[in-house]
Amino acid sequence: MPGLPTVLSIISSFALFVLFLAFQGKPAFEALALVFEGAFGSSFAWENTLQRAAPLMLTALCVALPARAGLIIIGGEGALVLGGLAAATLPLWLTGLPPLATLIAMGMVAMLVGGFWIGLNGWLRQKRGLNETIGSLLLSYIAIALFNHLVEGPLRDPSSLNKPSTVGLDYSLMIGMISEDSFRVHWGLVAGIVACVLAYVLVRHSVKGFALDVVGGNVRTARMLGLPVNRLVILTCVLGGAAAGLAGMYEVSAVQGSANASLIVGYGISGILVSFAARHNPLAIIVCATLVGGIEASGSLLQRRLDLPDATTLILQGLLFTNLLAWEALVGRITQWRIRLEEHANKSKGAEVQHG
Amino acid sequence: MSDLDRRKFLKLAGLIGITAAMPFSFARAADKPLVVGFVYVGARDDFGYNQAHAQAARIIRSMPNVKVIEEENVPETSAVQQAMEAMIRQDGAELIFATSFGYFDPHVLRVAQRYPDVRFAHCGGLWDESKHPKNVGSFFGYIDEGQYLNGVVAGHMSKTKRIGFIAAKPVAQVLRNINAFTLGARSVDPEITTTVIFTGDWSLPVREAEAANGLIDQGCDVLTCHVDGPKVIVETAERRGVMSCGYHASQAALAPNGYLTGAEWNWETPYRAHVEAAQKGETMNNFLRGGLAEGFVKASDYGPNVSAEAREQADAVKASMIAGEFTLFKGPLKDNKGNVVLAEGEALGQTDVVLEQMNYLVEGVRGDI
Repeated sequence: MPGLPTVLSIISSFALFVLFLAFQGKPAFEALALVFEGAFGSSFAWENTLQRAAPLMLTALCVALPARAGLIIIGGEGALVLGGLAAATLPLWLTGLPPLATLIAMGMVAMLVGGFWIGLNGWLRQKRGLNETIGSLLLSYIAIALFNHLVEGPLRDPSSLNKPSTVGLDYSLMIGMISEDSFRVHWGLVAGIVACVLAYVLVRHSVKGFALDVVGGNVRTARMLGLPVNRLVILTCVLGGAAAGLAGMYEVSAVQGSANASLIVGYGISGILVSFAARHNPLAIIVCATLVGGIEASGSLLQRRLDLPDATTLILQGLLFTNLLAWEALVGRITQWRIRLEEHANKSKGAEVQHG
Repeated sequence: MSDLDRRKFLKLAGLIGITAAMPFSFARAADKPLVVGFVYVGARDDFGYNQAHAQAARIIRSMPNVKVIEEENVPETSAVQQAMEAMIRQDGAELIFATSFGYFDPHVLRVAQRYPDVRFAHCGGLWDESKHPKNVGSFFGYIDEGQYLNGVVAGHMSKTKRIGFIAAKPVAQVLRNINAFTLGARSVDPEITTTVIFTGDWSLPVREAEAANGLIDQGCDVLTCHVDGPKVIVETAERRGVMSCGYHASQAALAPNGYLTGAEWNWETPYRAHVEAAQKGETMNNFLRGGLAEGFVKASDYGPNVSAEAREQADAVKASMIAGEFTLFKGPLKDNKGNVVLAEGEALGQTDVVLEQMNYLVEGVRGDI
């Protein structure tokens, strides 16, 4: 029952959320209804939700893929901002190509940079014995500092006065909406879904994915079987980082039009929540990203209709995460307990047979 | 497993959504009030930039036939586009105040193109008649006038002749404030220097506290700042027993002893102008600017320890600013590297857009861009 903790935690965190609001004397059930209305209640709400979910799918993959090999990478933010920066600056040097080719090149370079950054984490862990969680967090800080330095220094467009940015992209390089009239979500959503499906095929239906499960399950077994552990670990890091880098490219070319500090808004951090909620299953990421995107979208409505502070949805997200960890631990404990019981039962059965 | 959840979830969500959405679509048929939306980049109670906006929004809330809706902590990403669209589509907003600088390009411009009947008033942007939509307007205040007054008061009160200025980023608006403050202080005593520390971002409370302590350790006895929330800096100054000048909103309550005065926004004035124009159906004022005289900015009340001479001189300067007789940036003016930026006889009026592109620190400022 791999999805059980997720379902239980969604139910329990919404229950706690209602209690929390009721305790403060706020209209709890109205708020709950507004959460659903703001997230999924109309076609506009769906657009709003999916637009917010799109980058989360890609940054969640940056956590989920290395997690298959047993790594906890939390530095997706760094890969995202550097990927975005690379994508924003590439057209300045690569001129004369048709827009589509430039866009593809931008996507490639963003994935390369993002992949390199997280790949570095994998390499440091395998070759230098560095804890990948701490390492990725610190590398992410370095990436953000580097990004700020470049955007406010050498790569700054002198005409960006009060908000330092790189030179704006040409209009032809801006990625539009999937449909201007009926479905106003940018193409990053499609990229996110495709990436999740590809990742699913990789981890569930390929030899590499099976090898990864072995590495993630027990690295000694993997070594004994002669699996190329280092290469597999670094591969997942590179792929995860590439996904986060691509998210940066879409933020630049579909939303911002240049690289600036607005890329650093925590997509990488929310991606961690999404990936854990999805239990690192790439297909479940699509669902969980939509859920988190929906909660964020509904925050808007809660503020406007009930005058609740913005922190309300943060509390809901926090509840979701802590409940998830709690249920996961609990379900894990119960499973272990059951296994032990069954073992016990088998043993006593065996004993009976001997006696008989 | 996850597929099953999703289906269940969709069903439930759809049901609740449809029932909840019903009554709202009928709500705005009758004689409807003007729905005004406010979007803030930070928290409404940050003792700073966002609080100054939220305070004015509260006043607008009490205007007749106006309904105010607000949303805080909206980042400068597609989230703000979604927030503005949601205000328009879910709540029928007809006038939206986008209060953070980074909302302007591309977010406000994009949404404004899609909703030509909705007015968008943006704080701080440079509206350009040749390329920007007519339903977008920018408003801003000349708060450097308040900073100059801060400088005058600080100049009188400082004993060490060293003043500390904690700034977010070396961008034009911030540089203009640092320079105005320094000019004010040095108009009292040309020996005074302002030491600047750039923290690197608009809201970094830990680094701001470190910078404040560092400046006090270096001998600065008055602190001021240009960050989104001056709370930490003013509190640190008070705790360490030095004086402070406020910014954005009044921080007097945080430092009953050391607070001298502060440069505050008075957004009520431009807000009211835009709301009234929308109610009367007048065309939008696309470029609204003003200083002390127009009531766009104001100075905090003097703190209890401000000396009589300081009050007297600051009041005199304020009166001449309000009378329109005062020029803040005039030659001869040198930057802190010795280059002449304004020659003898040159003067820049407050409305001059050259000032909105400032890229130097004046003589007397210790620090590099």
